[in-house]
Amino acid sequence: MAEYRTHPYDVLVIGAGGAGLRAAIEAAASGVKVGVVCKSLLGKAHTVMAEGGVAAAMANVDDRDNWRVHFADTMRGGQYLNNWRMAELHAREAPDRVRELEAWGALFDRTRDGKILQRNFGGHRYPRLAHVGDRTGLEMIRTLQDHGIHSGMEVHMECTVLSLLLDGGRVAGAFGYDREKGHFILWPAKAVVLATGGVGRAFKISSNSWEYTGDGHALAYRAGAELLDMEFVQFHPTGMVWPISVRGILVTEGVRGEGGVLRNSEGKRFMFDDIPDNYKSQTADSEEEGWRYTQGDKNARRPPELLTRDHVARCINREVKAGRGSPHGGVFLDIAWIKQHIPKAADHIKRKLPSMYHQFKQLADIDITKEPMEVGPTTHYMMGGVKVDGDSQMSTVPGLFAAGEVAAGLHGANRLGGNSLSDLIVFGKRAGQYAAEFAKANGAAAVDDAQVQAAARKALAPFERGPEAENPYKIQYDLQDSMQSLVGIVRMEGEMQQALDVIAKLNARAAKAGIDGNRMYNNGWHTAMDLENMLTVSEAITRAALLRRESRGAQFRDDYPDKDPDWGKHNIIVKRDGDGQMEIEKRPVKPLPDELKQIIEEMK
Amino acid sequence: MAQQALFRIWRGDANGGKFVDYKTEVDDGMVVLDVVHRIQAQQAPDLAVRWNCKAGKCGSCSAEVNGMPRLMCMTRLSEINLDMPVIVEPMHTFPSIRDLVTDVKWNFAAKRKIKKFRPRSPDAEDGTWRMQQKDVDRVQEFRKCIECFLCQDVCHVLRDHQKHEEFIGPRLFVYTAALEMHPLDTEDRIPELKEKYSIGYCNITTCCRQVCPESITITENAIIPLKERVVDRYFDPLKHLFNIL
Repeated sequence: MAEYRTHPYDVLVIGAGGAGLRAAIEAAASGVKVGVVCKSLLGKAHTVMAEGGVAAAMANVDDRDNWRVHFADTMRGGQYLNNWRMAELHAREAPDRVRELEAWGALFDRTRDGKILQRNFGGHRYPRLAHVGDRTGLEMIRTLQDHGIHSGMEVHMECTVLSLLLDGGRVAGAFGYDREKGHFILWPAKAVVLATGGVGRAFKISSNSWEYTGDGHALAYRAGAELLDMEFVQFHPTGMVWPISVRGILVTEGVRGEGGVLRNSEGKRFMFDDIPDNYKSQTADSEEEGWRYTQGDKNARRPPELLTRDHVARCINREVKAGRGSPHGGVFLDIAWIKQHIPKAADHIKRKLPSMYHQFKQLADIDITKEPMEVGPTTHYMMGGVKVDGDSQMSTVPGLFAAGEVAAGLHGANRLGGNSLSDLIVFGKRAGQYAAEFAKANGAAAVDDAQVQAAARKALAPFERGPEAENPYKIQYDLQDSMQSLVGIVRMEGEMQQALDVIAKLNARAAKAGIDGNRMYNNGWHTAMDLENMLTVSEAITRAALLRRESRGAQFRDDYPDKDPDWGKHNIIVKRDGDGQMEIEKRPVKPLPDELKQIIEEMK
Repeated sequence: MAQQALFRIWRGDANGGKFVDYKTEVDDGMVVLDVVHRIQAQQAPDLAVRWNCKAGKCGSCSAEVNGMPRLMCMTRLSEINLDMPVIVEPMHTFPSIRDLVTDVKWNFAAKRKIKKFRPRSPDAEDGTWRMQQKDVDRVQEFRKCIECFLCQDVCHVLRDHQKHEEFIGPRLFVYTAALEMHPLDTEDRIPELKEKYSIGYCNITTCCRQVCPESITITENAIIPLKERVVDRYFDPLKHLFNIL
């Protein structure tokens, strides 16, 4: 019998990024006992990486903005596959959530009249992103952390959840381990909020941190919850490709906004070669016009480098595949060229893009004021996740809630920049509030010790198999390679079928993974235990992407390059069936109420 | 291009340990954390290392590389002499958990004791405040902190004298400074700075400022102004005289 210690809570929050902390603060404020479990130290979650800002229609910079415009922008970006109720609540509530951060100590950049400053961003009609330079995510997580530690929540740092416990159909708590000693912990809970973030670690090139192993997605799936929109993985067009140590790290859209251009190895601005018909009228037809746009000329149209993220990413991918890439498998992003137009260009670039200058100087030894950067697409964000009720954020499993990247619905087929940080605080709050209500309305659930012991046995098995068995790191690398090359930015039937075979084989290998050493802070053991989650999520992504025989938003099928109107009315649900097999279902999108339909029509 | 390097990594736990040599191939453009990961994947799967974003933004992978407190993810091999063994060890100021991982929980506990942010009443009827950019600039510098605790590691009051019970260290002085200089804050933390956090122990050697990966001017912009506030209140001879009278 495995030993474990027990920490019971009314509400257990798994994850301590923006969504988790906001949920915990809200639940604690309503008087219930709240525990937070996080894989890293408090304040290190992936939220710190967010740069651009938090979208909220506060209308501080342009008074034409309001929640209706934000709602319409979000729905357009998501190609109308969004959960409209979430898009509505998000747009309505984001301003209050941002102002609340200020009341808790956040210091956003200011307008001249002393209000919170807002900036422009792709897909947002008006300047809408509240920000702090290019470190908005850090500001947000630190604010929530410093406020949260005084709110009564208990934080279990560097602990990982292995499984959710069920009582009948309802959630009863979670079971996991602490990294420091490797001891097991049981967290009985009346309600559980998943706030575990995304799945980027299943791919080789990713802007995401190691924690993003799809834990919440997989925990919910194994508990019987429905997952939604799993085929929609956002690839950002410009990540660093060299040195390998930083491959995938984001290169902000701001570089292109300031006049940076993309060139292939032949020195050609290839983005001019492929401008989609529906964007032709809004896109510059000469390099000169594109340049004027970036310098604020309102009569000029945007250069093709500023087309949608998915399109730019695919064009880069095509150049590389055609053998016209840069030495390390990307293309060239050149901002230094603007010296042809601007005197003292080096100073100008340093002033406009300080962190990018610093990032390349420090990590790649490249002076972006003198030479081009090498960039390529990087796995950035998971639109898909746990299907939740728009108001309460409860999943299809009673007592199990989800918020932030692990939840699905708000972003539909593609997410707008800036809508992620606002997602965290709007739905983090809602999840915390409704989880607390659920905990108050329902008594304690019964914990089944057999479930606990089974989870413990499974966790310890890699030690029994020992270091001679499969190396977990190797399995992880193989999965990342396959997902990157077979279910990446351009997808095809045959390759994805092949990916399913690979995943099946890797599942068999993962079941045989073994490790050395003891249970104290053993990264090899942690990796062995993370594998199952990454494999589950990878399979769900692949199966959903196979079923959706069209290209829409973040999903691009080379064999079905166009939109299919029928698929525009359907989501895909992934669920575990009674036999433990992955079941996949095409389900109609819920029709919009007239009031919201009218807003979309007005804003078209 | 690929070359051989010798990494001498501290392995052990709270009960003691030793340096273990790992010979490994290294590639162009790698950082120290990459090499640690390669050793972990190929030679020592249970090698303990704490890391997260790998982009210098989360402050998890703090360690001492050839004796210097550094973020491993931001230390390029090109700035290290690879003809000599590269020595990687955990931060010294904090108790060992295992290998390169130390127990930094003290920082979190000490922070919790500092009085929280308490804003003045809102300036506008809609519950919002007005602040000028120039008034938030200096606090924004402090809020760049990624809590890597390298400044705590290098502070001799903590590292050599182990005054964790009565001194909060540079990171938490920066935190306190951010609160004290916040345009909206109304709380008073000066008595604690003097009595409980012993800001007087700091003799401004600027070691903390020199190791800060975010280049926060810890000593000059945070600690010295706080010291001045303490001195103003408690050690101003005129004020003292006035109080006696």
